[in-house]
Order: sequence, then structure tokens, then C-alpha cells
Amino acid sequence: MNKEIIKNGSQIVCESLLKENVEHIFGIPGGAILPLYQVLPEYPDLKHILVRHEQGAAHAADAYARATGKAGVAFATSGPGTTNLVTGIATAQMDSVPLVAITGQVGRPVIGTDAFQETDITGITLPITKHNYLVMETKDIASTIKEAFHIATTGRPGPVLVDIPKDILQEDGIFEYPESINIPGYKPNNSVNLKQIKKATKLIQESSRPVILAGHGIKISNAYDELLSFAEKCQIPVINTLLGLSSFPANHYLYYGWPGMHGMAYSNLILDQADLIIAVGMRFDDRITGNPEKFATSSKKIHIDIDASEVGKIIPVEVPIVANAKNALKELISAAPEKEHTEWLTQIDRIKNNHPTLKLRETDKLIPQYVIKQLHDLTKGQAIIVTGVGQHQMWAAQHYPFNDKNKLITSGGAGAMGYEVPGALGAQVGRPNEMVWSIAGDGGFMMTMSELATIAENRLPIKIAIMNNGFLGMVRQWQELFYEKSYVSTQYNGIPDFVKLAEAFGIKAMRVKDKTQVKGAINDAVTHDGPVLIDFVVESEENVYPMIPSGQTVQDMMEEPSSQEIK
Amino acid sequence: MTIKKHKLETRTVTALVNDKPGVLNRITSMLRRRGFNIQSLAVGHSEIEDLSRLTVIVEGGDDIVEQITKQLHKLIDVIKVTDISDESIVSRELALIKVKSTPETRSEIVQLVSIYRAKIIDVSSKSIIIEATGDYQKIKALQDLLENFGITEVMRTGMIAMNREKN
Ligand SMILES: Cc1ncc(C[n+]2csc(CCOP(=O)(O)OP(=O)(O)O)c2C)c(N)n1
Ligand SMILES: [Mg+2]
Repeated sequence: MNKEIIKNGSQIVCESLLKENVEHIFGIPGGAILPLYQVLPEYPDLKHILVRHEQGAAHAADAYARATGKAGVAFATSGPGTTNLVTGIATAQMDSVPLVAITGQVGRPVIGTDAFQETDITGITLPITKHNYLVMETKDIASTIKEAFHIATTGRPGPVLVDIPKDILQEDGIFEYPESINIPGYKPNNSVNLKQIKKATKLIQESSRPVILAGHGIKISNAYDELLSFAEKCQIPVINTLLGLSSFPANHYLYYGWPGMHGMAYSNLILDQADLIIAVGMRFDDRITGNPEKFATSSKKIHIDIDASEVGKIIPVEVPIVANAKNALKELISAAPEKEHTEWLTQIDRIKNNHPTLKLRETDKLIPQYVIKQLHDLTKGQAIIVTGVGQHQMWAAQHYPFNDKNKLITSGGAGAMGYEVPGALGAQVGRPNEMVWSIAGDGGFMMTMSELATIAENRLPIKIAIMNNGFLGMVRQWQELFYEKSYVSTQYNGIPDFVKLAEAFGIKAMRVKDKTQVKGAINDAVTHDGPVLIDFVVESEENVYPMIPSGQTVQDMMEEPSSQEIK
Repeated sequence: MTIKKHKLETRTVTALVNDKPGVLNRITSMLRRRGFNIQSLAVGHSEIEDLSRLTVIVEGGDDIVEQITKQLHKLIDVIKVTDISDESIVSRELALIKVKSTPETRSEIVQLVSIYRAKIIDVSSKSIIIEATGDYQKIKALQDLLENFGITEVMRTGMIAMNREKN
């Protein structure tokens, strides 16, 4: 037999990863996965980034995937190594991100005996992965990895976990990478049902108040150009979901913001007044619909989604189109009529002007919205923005509009605090030539700030802007509005000195307490060619507006108190 | 003696699934996680090697069955899903029922059993074990009747169902 193809299980894993064009891996070694780590020096094209916590590995791999469109890869060892991945895997699952986690498991002979660091990670991740595998034969490693990447990256993408017992990683086998793949139970749909396109075209033809509601699916399927052409051809205004931001240029005359709990007032009102919503690559999340029974009741819906189970799950749909967003939009572009909606566009411009949600409050105080607006202007709106979860996330989405493709990386469905630092790490590794800004919450930052060490070690020029309000701000806002300002466990008593902390990691840092220092600090960060942290000590009790309280409707929307009289 | 009518709307979904460790776990985990109500679930080898057939009796209307069907279909180990509720089907379930008996009640039980074309498979001085096959209604009806004598144990396989051949 050809000696070339005899490899041990660990080498087979690496050979397979190379076949999948993997370049970067985020992980931490340990007993069960050690054989795999020990062969990594034989594979210099697989660049391993040693993170400081496995949650960081999963979030970094997730952000890497969102930034590049390629699958992100994370390694972890059995037991606590794998359970530390869980939050990151759940985040990827909720936001349809292709993540492949490769985990070491205890040896086959001791599986099921509660061996040292044995955890049933396939059991644990069963409901939060698109699929997972426990490999039980060396001969199955290559085909399993091929399947894992195929499943993770096709159809509606998602995380796949491959758990490999240690003895398999050590055992000799034959490396043969399968050419093709045949998974009888998995046939993602690549075609578009033209009958449905015809029905959709008819609705578009009949509509006088149409809106496109474009989500993450545009970015995932790389349908940016199609979305633009479709909107322009039919003169239909575009509203984005949070995860859809940076799929359509914000400076385009057909762009009308993003809706939902903290979306623009006008976006919510426009959706409510539309007679047709063309939803593309989005899933009517409750943060958008509020009470689904009262969501956009004047409109018919065309719903394009690759996942059939999303169609009709929350909102009744007149024309479902189960397809890849890009393919479906291509068909719609050729089938749909050129149209003008002058009256409708005038009407919605009026709504927009009457609800200038994004106008900054005049104040000498340092408010986070102002910081983000400056960040936007001084980076010319071209940075990749990675956020945590909370108020700062909403302000980032509101005050940092994107004209370019795929610039916002944020944990939407899972709402995982702690995403901001490892997410920025993954994004910067994936897009080394672009400037990455992490807009962080003081709370979320403290959850995963250990990755500052990884950033410093790898000299990644990430800029971190902490919106330090001394609070778990978003929760405090709910307490203020719905629990009579009873601030239970949301205020930090004793915040660490973030500047000294960053410096301890070897990262340049600044503190900004005054509005007049904002521009200078941001410019310093932009021109510094390494990582920088800015601790923006902002107003502590600022609220995010507008707000539609959970489960309510556009009629219940609260706007910024000062802009109320404009109504 | 009243026979309780089975009121809930139920639907019958069958699926062809990989016969691999953990597959049933994936299916039940999904059903549980999404809060679907399952009346019964039965699984066993199919006529195709390495594939099993599953019958799920689901409580709920059209939209719920549609979601279940789609969510089942999304599982990589599920190869084919069919909602056969509206088709002409035969369905059967096997039940073992242990019922208390005394010399006085024994003959009445035996009579009931024969009316329902069930079988007595074990007799002791204090109880009888009955084997009954049938659709949901029939087993329910028999069980309700036997309740009067005191049922001590019931074991049911869950419903399995199959399309009738169209002529
Ligand atoms: C891991 C995790 N734990 C708890 C929450 C609940 N939560 C949502 S927003 C928020 C506050 C976030 O605080 P911070 O990071 O300081 O951001 P801010 O809202 O102050 O901008 C919390 C606790 C969460 N989303 N994620
Ligand atoms: Mg905060």
C-alpha cells in the first residue's frame, strides 16, 4: 500500500481541513485533543490561534465566518473545553453561521464510564447544532469532516460539531478524501420554483406600497447586487433587519433603516403601512414583529427563505419562496415589472422626516450615541463593527450606518454578551486589511476580556471602544421603564480601571470622559498601528429609543422623550 | 359505563430515518424543544437496510403538523417525512394490559376480551394479562372497560401506520 496515504487520525483531520481550504483555527489544547495539536507543526498552512477561553474560540470562529463567508473552525478538548464552546455554538446556530467545531473526546474504550473529562458533548450540543457527529472509526474521519463542512456551509448555514475520541486521533488509517458527497437526508434546495416567482410578481405588480425587508440571508448568499438591482428596478424601499445591516447601502435613496424593538420609528411605521412586504433571508424574529398577530397587518407577504420551516412559522405568508436569496432575487429581477412608486416614496419620506429618530440630543455631556456618531464619521463609515449585546449594540446599529458590504458583525438571535472582544478577534483575522472596531459594553467586555491577551500576542490592530456606563445598561433601562427604577443587580460597584487593564496586556489605552476629547482619541486610535482600547466613560442612565416593549406593537412605540412633540 | 371519546385532533406522520445510534434522540429532542405534543411515537426497522420507519401521532392542527414535518425534515438523519393523516391508512398498536381478577370477575373479563378480539396471555390467581391489538380507539375502549376491574399495569407500543395501496 502507498505509504503516502497512511496517516494517523490526527493527520487525517489536518489533511481534511486543508482540503476544505481552512487557514485559521481558534482553540485551546488539552488531553483528549493533544494528538491533534501535536501534528499541527507538520501543517504550517493551518494557522492555529491560541485563545484564552474556548468561548473566545467559538465566537472568534463565528465572527471569522461572518466576516469571510468561509466556515470558521474551533478546536477544544473534551469535558470543560467543549462545554466552554457551548455559548459560541448556540450563537452560531441562532444566526445561521457556518462553524465547524472539532473536539477531542475520551478514548473509545472508556466512553460512557464517566472517565476523566468525559462529557457527552454531542448530546449537549444536539439542539444547538445544525448537526453533530461522534466519530467512532478512523476510516470515518475524512468523510465526516467533509460532510461537516458541507452541512455547515450549504443550505441554511449553521454550526456542526465533530467529536473525535483520542484513540482514534492516534490510530493509523488511510487518508482518502471523498470526491463527492451523498447525504440522503440532506439535499439543500438550489432551485427556485418559477410558479412561486410568477405569483410573487403578480403581487408586486398589484402593490402600491411595497417594502423589501432584507435580512442576513442577503449577506450569506452574497446577494448584495441582486438586492440592489431588484429594489431599483421595481423602485421598492428597502428595510434591513439587524443582521441584514450592511447588505444594502445606507446612503441609497431607497434605504429606510431597520425596524423592531429599537429600530427606527419610521422603519416600523413604514412596515406597518405597507401593503406588501417582500421578506428576503430573514425569519420574523420577535424583536422585529413584537406581537406577531398585530405585525404589519395591512400587508401581504412574500417570504423568501432557504429554510422551509421558517416560512409560515411566525407570520402567515401569501407567497412562500423556499430558495437561496440570491437565486430567488435573480428570478424576481427578470420576472418583475419596472415600476414607479412616487406617491409611496413621498409618503414614506414624510414619515421619515416626522420621526427623525437618529437626531442626536444636544448636550455637553458625553453620551454614547455621540461617541458612535464620531466613530462613524472619523472612520468614514468604513470600519468593520463588532459589538456586544445591550444598549451600545443598538446605538452602534443606529448611529453607524453602513454603505459597504458586510461590515456589521453582531450576535443577533442569541444576544450573547461577551461577543465583542473575541468577535473582533475573529473578524480581524478573517479581514486583516480592514480596520476592525469593537464597540463594547462594560459588562460584555468583562465577560471575555481575556482575549485581549490573544489580540496583544498576535499584534492584531483591533480598536476597542468601551461604552462604559457602569451598568448592565440594557437591563437597567428595562428596570427604569418597567420596574420603577428598581436597579437590582445592574449597577457595577467598583469597575476595574480598563486603561490600566489594557496596558497590563500590552495594549495602548486611553480614557475619555469629556465630549471634547472624543475626536482626538478616536483619531489617535485610527493612526496607531496596533491594538488600542478607549474607555469612554459615558452618561450612565441614557436610554435607547425608540422602543417597542416586548410583545407589543408599533402603536406602543416609545420615542425619545424630546422628539415626542414633533409627532 | 361510559366510553370517553377521544376529542383532540391528531395527525399521523411517518418518517424514514437513518438506523444509527442517537437518531431517535435527535428526533425526540427536537419535538420536546419545540414544544410539540406527541401522543405516541414508534420506531422500528424498515424494509430497507440501515433505515428505520417512524410513526408519530401528533396533537394539533394543520399548521402544527406542517411545522413538525418541516422540522423533522431539517434533521440530517431524517430522509423522508410524510403526513399521511388525510390518506387512507391502516394503523395498529399493541397493548399489554394487566387487570385484577377474582374467580367472580374472571369470566366477565374473558368475555370482554373475546368481544374485542384480544388475547389472554397469562393468568394468575389475582390477575390476568391481556394482549390487544388495534387502532387507538379500540384499545382505548377496551382499556376503559377493563378499568372497572382494576388495571394494575399497561404497556403500549405506540401506534404504527401504513398507507393502504390504491387500486
Ligand atoms: C451572556 C449574557 N448574559 C446576560 C444577558 C442579558 N443582558 C442583555 S443586555 C445586558 C446588559 C449588557 O451590559 P453591557 O455589556 O454593559 O452593555 P450596555 O447595555 O450597558 O450597553 C444583559 C445583562 C445577555 N444578553 N447575555
Ligand atoms: Mg454597560
